[in-house]
Parts: sequence; C-alpha cells; structure tokens
Amino acid sequence: MTTTVLSLRNAVVMRNDFPLLSGVDLDVHEGELVVFTGANGAGKTSLLRLLGGLLPLTSGTGRVGNVALDDEHRRAIRRNVGWLGHEGSFYQDLSVMENLTFAARALERPLVAIAPALVRVGLQDRMDTPTKALSAGQRRRLGLAWLLVRRPSIWLLDEPYASLDDAGRAFLDELIGDVGRAGATVLLSAHDPLRSPELTPTTYRLAGGRIVERT
Amino acid sequence: MIRTALLVARKDLLIEARSRVLLWQVLPFGLLSLLLCGLALGPAQAGKSSAAPGLFYLVMLFVTLLMINRSQGVEHAAGTRESVAVLGLDPAGVFLGKTLALTVELWLTGAVIVGGAVLTLHTAFAGTVAALPSIAVALGAMAAAGTMYGALTAGIDGPATLLPVLTLPAFAPLLVAGERSFSSALHGGALWEWWVIMLVALVGYLAIGVLLYGVLEDS
Repeated sequence: MTTTVLSLRNAVVMRNDFPLLSGVDLDVHEGELVVFTGANGAGKTSLLRLLGGLLPLTSGTGRVGNVALDDEHRRAIRRNVGWLGHEGSFYQDLSVMENLTFAARALERPLVAIAPALVRVGLQDRMDTPTKALSAGQRRRLGLAWLLVRRPSIWLLDEPYASLDDAGRAFLDELIGDVGRAGATVLLSAHDPLRSPELTPTTYRLAGGRIVERT
Repeated sequence: MIRTALLVARKDLLIEARSRVLLWQVLPFGLLSLLLCGLALGPAQAGKSSAAPGLFYLVMLFVTLLMINRSQGVEHAAGTRESVAVLGLDPAGVFLGKTLALTVELWLTGAVIVGGAVLTLHTAFAGTVAALPSIAVALGAMAAAGTMYGALTAGIDGPATLLPVLTLPAFAPLLVAGERSFSSALHGGALWEWWVIMLVALVGYLAIGVLLYGVLEDS
C-alpha cells in the first residue's frame, strides 16, 4: 500500500478577500506524478505554493509529509520540498556556481554534488556565467540543477515546460521519469496535458480555484 | 543561527561585489549630495564645519534608504523569494546576516562620505577620526532597523516610498544622537549620553529583528 504524502481537505486560500483556492480536496501518494492543468488564474500556482508552505491556508486542513499545513509549521514544510518557479530563481548577479554553492551550503549538502547536477542539466560550460545572462530556458535548467543538488522527496514544479524548446522538454520528461523511479513525488502545473507517453501522471484540471476533473 | 548569518552576509556582499551598485550608483549619489549641501551653505568655512555632522547624517540617511531597498530588492526579485524560502533558512540568521552585510556596506560608504566631509566641509581631521566609533555604532543600528522595516515593506505595494515613512521614527534617535556625538567629537562636549542612546537602539533593534524577522518576512 502506498503512503499518502500530501493531503488537502476543503482547502481555501484567500488573498485580499479574493479566493485563490476555494475548497480543494486532494490526496497524493509517494512516488506519484501529478499534473495540474487549467487556464490562467485557475489556481494551479496557488495550489503548488500552498503545498510548498509558501501560502497560508485560510480554512480547511492539510498535511505535507507528517507536517500539518498550518501557520505554525509552514517553515518546516518548506524544508521538505523542492520548488521550481515559472519566473526563474536565485540571485541574478551571482554566477551559476555561486548560486548553487549558496543553496548547497544553506541546505548543508556537499559541494561535490554540484558538478554532476550541472552536467546533468547541461550547464557545465556556464558555471561562471552570471544568472542574469542566462536565457529563460537555461535559468529553468539552473533551477533543476538546484533540485538535483537538493534531492527533495517532493518536487513542486510551476510551469516547468514554459520557455523550453523541444530538446529541453524531452530532457525534462526524462528527468521527471528518473526522479519518479527514484521514489520522489512530483507535482507540476502545465497549461496542457503532458505529451510524453513514458509519463503516466494523474491529471487534475482546475477552474475557479477548484478541482473540476481528475483523469 | 550564526552559520546562516555568515552565509547570508557573504552572499549579500558577493552580490554587491558583482553588481557594483554601491560603487557606481550609491557612492556617487552620496558624494554629490554632500557636495551640493556644501555649496548651498556658501563659501564661509566655519558654517560648513559646524553643519558637517548634520549633513553627514542626512546624506547617510538617503544612502541607507537606497541600500535597504537594494538589500531587500535582491531577495524579492521574480522567483527568487520562493526559491530561497524553500531553503528553510533560520529567519533570525537571515536577519543578522543581512544586517551584517548592510552594516559593512554602510561603513564603507560612511568612510568615503566622512572623507568627503573633511575635504569639502573642512571638518577637523582629528575630531572626525574621534567620531568614527560613534558613527560605526549609529550606522550598525540603522542597518538593523532598516533590515527589519525593509522586510516588512518588501511585500507591500510601493516599498521604496513606504520605507522612508516607516523608518524615519526608528532612525530619528540615531540621527540626533549620531549628530550630537559627531559635533561633540569636533567641538567638544559630553558624549556618553549619546552613546547610551545609540547602544540601546542597536541592542533593541537587533533583539526585535532576531525575534520578529520571520513574521515580518511572511507578512
């Protein structure tokens, strides 16, 4: 029997009296690949941010791992998840290597984990390049390298396919497959269902801050 | 907490070293402000010298506000905030690290502005050197208060304009005490009561920041 690693019950998130999420029920099991689809403003990013402890739960209940999704424990949840935002990440004035070194030291991960991660994402020749000089796709790869250095058990990827060319999409499909086979749980948002036949996600369609369809 | 503080301080100073915003934007602004204030006082040397402590702290107020916005701006660039938030860093350590980096930057800027005051406002060199310890404490306390308020305003619309409104009451005792101790170092007078104000403010702002920075960040 697989373990439930994420759960939400009637989760509501409000911001300035506007409901970002308006009653979400969700169970995600260990090693599962979950895709949230929907139009802009459907609540995909808000749902991922809630699960990452980046947004407070207004009402309802939830758990991430063994940690309750409440104000008191939001910081503890953040340490258990890896996050890749759709706007890029990290410090623009620092180089690729300096950003990853900062993250590795913050997470108390060995610095020797950085080089293999850079090779895996194809940024080994950009180690000394300032992050602001990277293309959008390369910044996305830098975010993935950080996740590889970190090796979290739960990956939250917000629009990870945005800005990626076909080769980048194929690379990301392969990486997600590998991560899932290693036992990590991956949740991502996307405008469209995944194309790769190798990946067999559970797909939830969101509209108006609610899950309206599960396939 | 100390490990996180050193990590964050090193990162912030590295960002300044790479971007050179302090060198090419903040320092010229500070020196030009001082020069213009000196010109506005006219040619009389005595008047400039007596106004120098106040002008120094006025310029450092402007510079500090710029640098607080810069310090918080790098944390709140698109996507950076979330990526760093999930590192799960100890907020007290982050506060101390950002305060330490800002203090070092203010000390460097203050040293240049003080040098500018000696050259353009004709402050006595020996008296100016004697004022440096009090300037160091005042700028450290301004860095602590500024880091706190910077985190508070960073998530609000119009942080650059809101920050001065919120920080001025916190800076006021430091500006007054700093100016009085600088004047006392230049022209003679009691010092200890101004030192007490600055030290109490420094310890108080550091304590409040350590306790509340996580709450301010999440707010």
